Amino acid sequence: MAASSCRAASGGCAGKYRKLDEILQKYKGVPGALIPVLHQAQLLFGYLPHDVQVRIAEELDLPLSEVYGVSSFYSFFSLKPRGKYTVSVCMGTACYVKGAPALLEKIKETLRIEDGETTEDGLFTLDTTRCVGACGLAPVLTIGDDVYGRLTPEKVPEILERYRR
Amino acid sequence: MKLFRAHVLICGGAGCISSGCHAVKEEFIRELQAHGLDDEIQLIETGCVGSCDLGPIVIVYPEGVFYQHVTPGDVQEIVSEHLLKGRYVKKKMYRHPSSGEPVVSSREMDFFRHQTRIALRNLGLIDPESIEEYIARDGYFALGKVLNGMTPEEVIQEIKDSGLRGRGGAGFPTGLKWEFTRKAGGARACGEKYVVCNADEGDPGAFMDRSILEGDPHSIIEAMAIAAYAIGAGQGYIYVRAEYPLAVARMKQAITKAREYGLLGKNIMGTGFSFDLEIRVGAGAFVCGEETALIASIEGKRGEPRMKPPFPATAGLWGKPTLINNVETFANIPVIILKGARWFSRIGTEKSKGTKGFAIAGNINNTGLVEVPMGTTLRKIIFDLGGGIPNGKRFKAAQTGGPSGGCLTEKDLDTPVDYESLQAAGSMMGSGGLIVMDEDTCMVDVARFFLEFTQDESCGKCVPCRIGTKHMLEILTRITEGKGQEGDLETLEELAEVIASSSLCGLGQTAPNPVLSTLRNFRDEYEAHIKEKKCPAGVCTALKRYEIIPDLCKGCGLCARVCPVQAIDGVPREPYRIDQEICSKCGLCLSKCPFKAIVTK
Repeated sequence: MAASSCRAASGGCAGKYRKLDEILQKYKGVPGALIPVLHQAQLLFGYLPHDVQVRIAEELDLPLSEVYGVSSFYSFFSLKPRGKYTVSVCMGTACYVKGAPALLEKIKETLRIEDGETTEDGLFTLDTTRCVGACGLAPVLTIGDDVYGRLTPEKVPEILERYRR
Repeated sequence: MKLFRAHVLICGGAGCISSGCHAVKEEFIRELQAHGLDDEIQLIETGCVGSCDLGPIVIVYPEGVFYQHVTPGDVQEIVSEHLLKGRYVKKKMYRHPSSGEPVVSSREMDFFRHQTRIALRNLGLIDPESIEEYIARDGYFALGKVLNGMTPEEVIQEIKDSGLRGRGGAGFPTGLKWEFTRKAGGARACGEKYVVCNADEGDPGAFMDRSILEGDPHSIIEAMAIAAYAIGAGQGYIYVRAEYPLAVARMKQAITKAREYGLLGKNIMGTGFSFDLEIRVGAGAFVCGEETALIASIEGKRGEPRMKPPFPATAGLWGKPTLINNVETFANIPVIILKGARWFSRIGTEKSKGTKGFAIAGNINNTGLVEVPMGTTLRKIIFDLGGGIPNGKRFKAAQTGGPSGGCLTEKDLDTPVDYESLQAAGSMMGSGGLIVMDEDTCMVDVARFFLEFTQDESCGKCVPCRIGTKHMLEILTRITEGKGQEGDLETLEELAEVIASSSLCGLGQTAPNPVLSTLRNFRDEYEAHIKEKKCPAGVCTALKRYEIIPDLCKGCGLCARVCPVQAIDGVPREPYRIDQEICSKCGLCLSKCPFKAIVTK
C-alpha cells in the first residue's frame, strides 16, 4: 500500500518513507504538530499522497479525516502530484491593476493548461497566488523560487523557455 | 571592532532581489578585492530600503549617495571612481524629478524626507543577519531596561500611555490588550500564557510586515520578549505566511542567534526571566490572519474562526490567555520603552499616535514602503512621497485596507490618515496596503476582484459569508459581462448589509466594503455597465466595442484576414466594417492595423 505513491519515482521510495518516519518521530507529542509535519512531508514527496496522510494520521494518533481535512483546507498543500516547477501568477491588487490577468492568459496559451493544471511533460504546474509582497515590481510571477517582475505578456514565452533547457 | 572608511549598502529587500541585486553584490565583492579595498570598505546587504521601483539600490556612506538601477556592469565604475577617487558616478545617481540635478544624499530625496521611521528604523541600514548591528542600533536595550528595573505593570502602563494601537488594521489599544492578558485567569505561573506575533500578512498589496521580518527580525524578538515579561508568558509563536520564505529563514536565523547570546531561552540576561520562541509557517489561508483562526492553525487544525467572546486574551492558544499583536505593532515597542510614552504620543493625531507604515503600489511613480506620522494627508503620501501618477494620467482612487477596506477618491485626498478619519471616509486603515488607481481602472471590476478574493478565501464555516459573497460575486460578474439587470445594485446593497451584520468573523463582516464604497463613489460607473452596457474605463472585455474609423482606414483588408471569427467585412480600398454581433473582442485587428484606424470604445 505504502509503495503506490512513489511507484513512478525511480527508487528512493523506501528512503522517503524512512525520512517521513524520522520527521514523525521528532514531532510525536509536540502540540500542534500536524501542519509543520505536512509542510515537511510535502517537501519530501512533492505533494501529499493518500498513503502519506495515512502514515501521518497513524503516527500522530489523529483521525485520518482530520489529516485530510487540514490538507485540503490550506491552499499550500497539494493532494495531486505537481510539476517540477510551479509557475505562480501573483493576483494581488497591485499586480491585478497592472495587468496580471493578461499575463495569466499568455501563460495558459503558451503552456496549453488551465489554472491549477500541470503540463503533460510534468514540467510546469500553473497557479495563481495571493500577493507575494513584491508589489513595487507589479505585475509579478514566480517560478519555483525565482521572482520575475515588471512583466509584459510578450516576455512570458522566453522566461518559460529558460526552464525547458 | 574594525573600522571602515566607507560603507556600501546594497538593498536586499524582496523587490531588489527580484531586480537582481545579488549579481550586483557579487560584482562588488570581486571589484573591491581586485582593488584591494575589502579591508577599507565594508559591503552590507540590508533589508528593504523602501523605494522598490528604483532597484537594485546601492547607497554609499558616509555621504549617503543613492545609486539607482545598478547593474553588475556599473559596479566597476562606482568602485574605481567613487570609492577609489571620491568622484560620484552621476549617471547612476537619483535625480531630482523637477530640476533633473543629481541628489547627493538620499536623505534629501522627497521619498525619504517626509518620512518618520520608528517601526522601519533599521530597514536599509543594518545587515538583518547580524545581531551585533542590531545591538549597535540600541537593540535589546529596551529588553534590558524592562528586565532590570520595570515591573510588568509599569511596562503595561508605559504602552498604555503611549497611545499605541494595533497596526494590523482594527486599531485596538495595545496597552489594554496587554493588560487584559496579564489579568486573565488570575495570577498564573509563567508558561501558561502565550505571546503570538501575527505575521500572516495577507492583504494583497501590503508588504510592510514582510519587510520588517526580513530587514529587522531582532526587533520582533525583542518586543515579544518584552510583551512576554509584561503579561507573564514563557512561550511565544510567530505565525508567518508560507509565501514569505525569506522572512521565515531570517527569523529562524535571528532566533538561533538570540538564543546563543542569552537573549532568548532560560534566565535571560541573568534576571531569572525565561522566554522562548517558535516559528509556525502558515499554509496559504487568508482567513488565518483573523486571530481565532490563527490560533486554530497553530494548534494544527483547519484555520476556521470561532465566536468571540471569549477573546484570546482570556481563552486563546490551547485555551490559555494569549496576546496576539501584529508585526508592525511589535516593531514599535522597543522604541517606546527606550524613548518613553511621552515622546511617542507627541507624534500623530489625538486618537492615533505614532506613525504608520504604508506599502504604496499600483499606478504610482514611486512604489515602495514608507512610514509617515499618523495624520499625514493622502495627498502628501500619494503626490509628495509617491511622486504622483505616471504617464500623465489622472488620479481616480486609492484603495486602503485590502479586501476589507474601501476606495477613497479625489474628495478624500486631504483626509488625514488615521483610524477614525479613514473610517469616516468609508474605508479603513487596514494593515497599510495603499493601492493607487488611475483613470484607466474600472471600479466595478475592482469590486469584483475583491469579492472574488474574499469568496475564494471564505473558510465556509458560516452561511452569510460562504453563500452571500458567492451571490454578490455572481451579480458583479454578470454586470462586468454586460448582463447586469435593473435592481442588481439594490440587491447588492441588501446582501451587503446582511453579510456585514451576520458573518462570524472579520473576513465576512468586512467583505462587502469594497462593493459598498465603490457603489457610493462610482455609482454612475455601475449604471453605465448595466443600462448602457458600457465600461467607461474600457477594462471589461465583454463590453468593449472595436470600431474602425472610416477616415483613417485605407481598406487594406489586413484586419479582415486576421480576424479569427470573420467579423470584419469590406471592399478593398474602401473603409471596412466590424460586425458587433460576431466580434469576439480578441483585439487582434487593433494590434495588426498599420494605420491605427481601429479603436476601442
